[in-house]
Parts: sequence; C-alpha cells; structure tokens
Amino acid sequence: MTKRNKIEMTGVYKAFGTKKVLQGVDLNVPVGSSMVIIGGSGTGKSVTLKCVLGLLQADKGSIKVDGMDMIKASTRAREEMMKKFGMLFQGGALFDSLPVWYNVAFGLIHGKDMDKKDARKIATEKLEQVGMGEAIANLYPAELSGGMQKRVALARAIATNPEIIFFDEPTTGLDPIMADVINELIVKCVKDLGATAMTITHDMASARKIADHVAMLHEGKIVWTGPIDDLDNSGSPYVDQFIHGRADGPITDLQSELLKSA
Amino acid sequence: MNTALQIFREKIPFLHDICQAIGHSILNVIQALGAISLFVLQTLRHCATPPIFIKHILRQFIDIGYYSLPVVGMTALFTGMVLALQSYTGFSRFNAESAIASVVALSITRELSPVLAGLMVAGRVGAAIAAEVGTMRVTEQIDALSTLSVNPMKYLVVPRVIAGTIMLPVLVLIGDIIGVYGGYIVSTHVLGFSSGSYLYQTWQVLENIDVVSGLVKAAVFGFFVTLMGCYHGYNSGRGAQGVGMATTNAVVTASILILIFNYILTQVFFS
Repeated sequence: MTKRNKIEMTGVYKAFGTKKVLQGVDLNVPVGSSMVIIGGSGTGKSVTLKCVLGLLQADKGSIKVDGMDMIKASTRAREEMMKKFGMLFQGGALFDSLPVWYNVAFGLIHGKDMDKKDARKIATEKLEQVGMGEAIANLYPAELSGGMQKRVALARAIATNPEIIFFDEPTTGLDPIMADVINELIVKCVKDLGATAMTITHDMASARKIADHVAMLHEGKIVWTGPIDDLDNSGSPYVDQFIHGRADGPITDLQSELLKSA
Repeated sequence: MNTALQIFREKIPFLHDICQAIGHSILNVIQALGAISLFVLQTLRHCATPPIFIKHILRQFIDIGYYSLPVVGMTALFTGMVLALQSYTGFSRFNAESAIASVVALSITRELSPVLAGLMVAGRVGAAIAAEVGTMRVTEQIDALSTLSVNPMKYLVVPRVIAGTIMLPVLVLIGDIIGVYGGYIVSTHVLGFSSGSYLYQTWQVLENIDVVSGLVKAAVFGFFVTLMGCYHGYNSGRGAQGVGMATTNAVVTASILILIFNYILTQVFFS
C-alpha cells in the first residue's frame, strides 16, 4: 500500500528579479519518510526548503503540506502549520543573547505558551537526547564548539515534537567524525518522533545515512527521484556525475556553456 | 515607442545614460518609500494586536533610555553652557544680556534638546539596533524565529519601537532640565548673573507649549530612530558589508527624518 504524501510540490516556480531559481519543481514526500534533496551549489536547494517552510513565497505552483496549500493559505493558517515544523539551520541560527536551555525551550515558551519551568525540563531531556549534559544548559552559544552548536540546534528543532523536520546542510562545516555523529542523531531523532524529514545536502555520506528517498535538483528542476537503494543505479547522468564527484559530465558541460554565453 | 527609444539611445547615448540613471534612482526611491510605508503599517498593526512581549519592552526601556542618559545629559549640559556664553557675546552688543535666560530656556526646550537627543540616540541606539537585527538576519536567526512560531516583527521590532517612542521624551525632559541648568551655571558663575533673577526669568518665559512641543517631537523622533534601525537591520544585505551598510543607512535616514520632521512639527506648533 502506498503511503499518503505529507508534502506535495507541484510546478513550483521562484525567481529573484531576472534570476530564475526554481523552474517547475515537482516533488512528493511520503508520510514518515526521509527525503534528501541533493544538488550542487546554487541549484535552488535552500530556496526549495524555504518555499515549503513559507519563509519565501513561491511565484507559481502549489506546495501542499498535509493537504493544505501553503502558497494560498492565510498568514494565520500558515502560522498554525508552522507549529508542526522543526528546522535545523545550516549555521545553527541559535539566539546568541540567550542561554542554551532557553534556545532549546524557545519554541515551547513562545510558540506553545508553556511554563518556563516545564519548558526547561523538556529542554534538558532534549539536550540529553543529543548527548549534551545539564552542564552546558546555562552556557551561551558563543561558548560552544561548532559541533556542540549543531547538537543544540538539533535539540531545538525536535523540542516541540514536530511532525515534519527540515535539515539545511546538517553536516556542513563539521569534521567527518562529528558529521557522522550528527547524521546518527538525525536518524535516531526522526525515528523516535516518527516524523517526516526533508533534508538538503551535497554531502553524499550524509545523504546515504539519512535518506529513505533521494531527489536530485539541477537548474531549478528535479531531474531524478527514487529510493536510496536505487541511487547508484539511477540511470541519470546528472546523478552519476554528482554522486561520484566527477569534473566531467552534463552538469559541468551546461555550466561551461552558461559561462561562455554570459 | 521602442523605435523612438532606440533612436534616442543611438543618436544621443550620453543623454540616454543620464536619463536612465535618473530614472533608476527615482524608481529606487519610490520602491524604498513603499517598502518603508508597508513596514510602518505592519509595525503599527503588530503594536495593536497581541501577543505583546512586555519583558522585552522593559528591557528596551533600559537599553534605549537608561544607557542613553549619559550621552544625552552631557550633550544637553554643554549645549546649555555654550548657548549662554554665545548669547552673552551677541546680546551684550545691544545691552540685551537680560534675555539670556529666555533664549537658553526656549532654545533648549523647543529645539536643541529634542533634536540633539534624537541625533545622539540615532547614533547610539539606531546603529546598535540595525547591527543587531542585521546580524540576526544574516545568521538566519530571524528565519529561526518564524520556524519557532514567533512573529519576528512582534518579537524584535515592536518592543524597540514602543520603547523608543516612550523613552526619548523622558530623555528629552531630563535633557531640558540639565540644559537649562548648564545655562544657569555659566550665567551665574562665569557671567555674574544673579541666581534668583535668572531662575525667575526662566520660569516667566517658559510656557507649557514650549516643553510639550519638545516632548511630542521627541516621541516622533524616537519612533523614527528605532523604526529605521529595525527596518534597515531587518532588510540587511548579506555578510559583514550588508550589516555595515544597514547600520550606516539606519543612522543617516533617521538623522534626515529627524531634521525634516523637526521643521514640520515646528510649523505645526508655532506658525
């Protein structure tokens, strides 16, 4: 039996001035599955994610989350939908004026009107889930290493027990061991919550670890999508070039043509 | 239409380029005015609808009001002192030294205290707000607020604008007192005026409208200083250069708005 789709993107377009970033993205993410979008820099991965989150307004097309069209929805409906989301930002995006525990509890206190004492208790539990002890709860983000900041950001993303979690380049800037630790944590947290996950990355080790399904974004369009097991036999020259990190292939050929014509 | 434009571009390219540059500038200004107007409307709407972050407003009272007190106080003190000295130099030529108390009191309460406090706060607070909010934009902290179901306008902009609008009149009122006292010190200790007559003249010349007009100006200036800091920070470009530019623009636009609205409000109150 096929699973119902949690996220459905159909013909999504987004341009900034004359620069067309998304040119008809079609993508479905089934309930409870982990979709990883891969692609080179500047192909529109972050824009895709921000359009689903509602941080950017798509120009055309439809983005349905749990059947609700995020583009046509009212601001209030979108804000309500936002309560189902959790997001791990590439740089962590921790609030540097607040201590670690308050960062993790922020969505509970301000988004869900929870009492500070109860929110702190949950924040401590979530920090423990990502391998951080009570000792760091009162530190400020600037006092933590990059890897620790990423863990705190992950704890914040899962603090409200979201139904959908978005990961923006979760392993960028981390050493390979810490990157693997973060990947393991992401898999564990998503499984524990039974959440649907949408990740963008160009780190193939991360994609192979996290993904149930993979989609390849190129020039603002999804050029291939399928289960992670099919990734090595995708039959797509774009995917082949990307996952093997080859300098020659259709991606670089097209880039060279564009540079020549510019 | 296209052909006419093409002929214009080919025949007089220099003039075409000038017209194009002017057109671009005008369009940019109109676009900026539209964006600022929308930002003002959004801010006012969020000021009037819950939730209001009371603790944040109180913290901004301290940041904007309390910490600006030394700079505003020093500015008012020395402005009052210089004003008394300069007035004496000028008025002594016409044997009109007795008018010094009136000049100091009226100049300070009506114009100098609100305008100088506004400009000082624009430099201190407007720049700090633009840099802080701009850094939050660049490091995606503003996007993070949205994903945590907190409206960034309510959390970041509203407390600062409310605090600025309320605290600048308080600062100006304190500045009025310190400024007049500065004039009093110079007049009595340096220029040899009698303490009693100086204070009597000050009291006689001042009317409610003089002080109230200054406080109303201060509220308007406080609104614009914090609003411009928030607007430019909120729409900051990427990287350190983007934040630097946002900070500069916040101070420059706030200062210009202070001078423009000072004229408009003076016209409204005293014409």
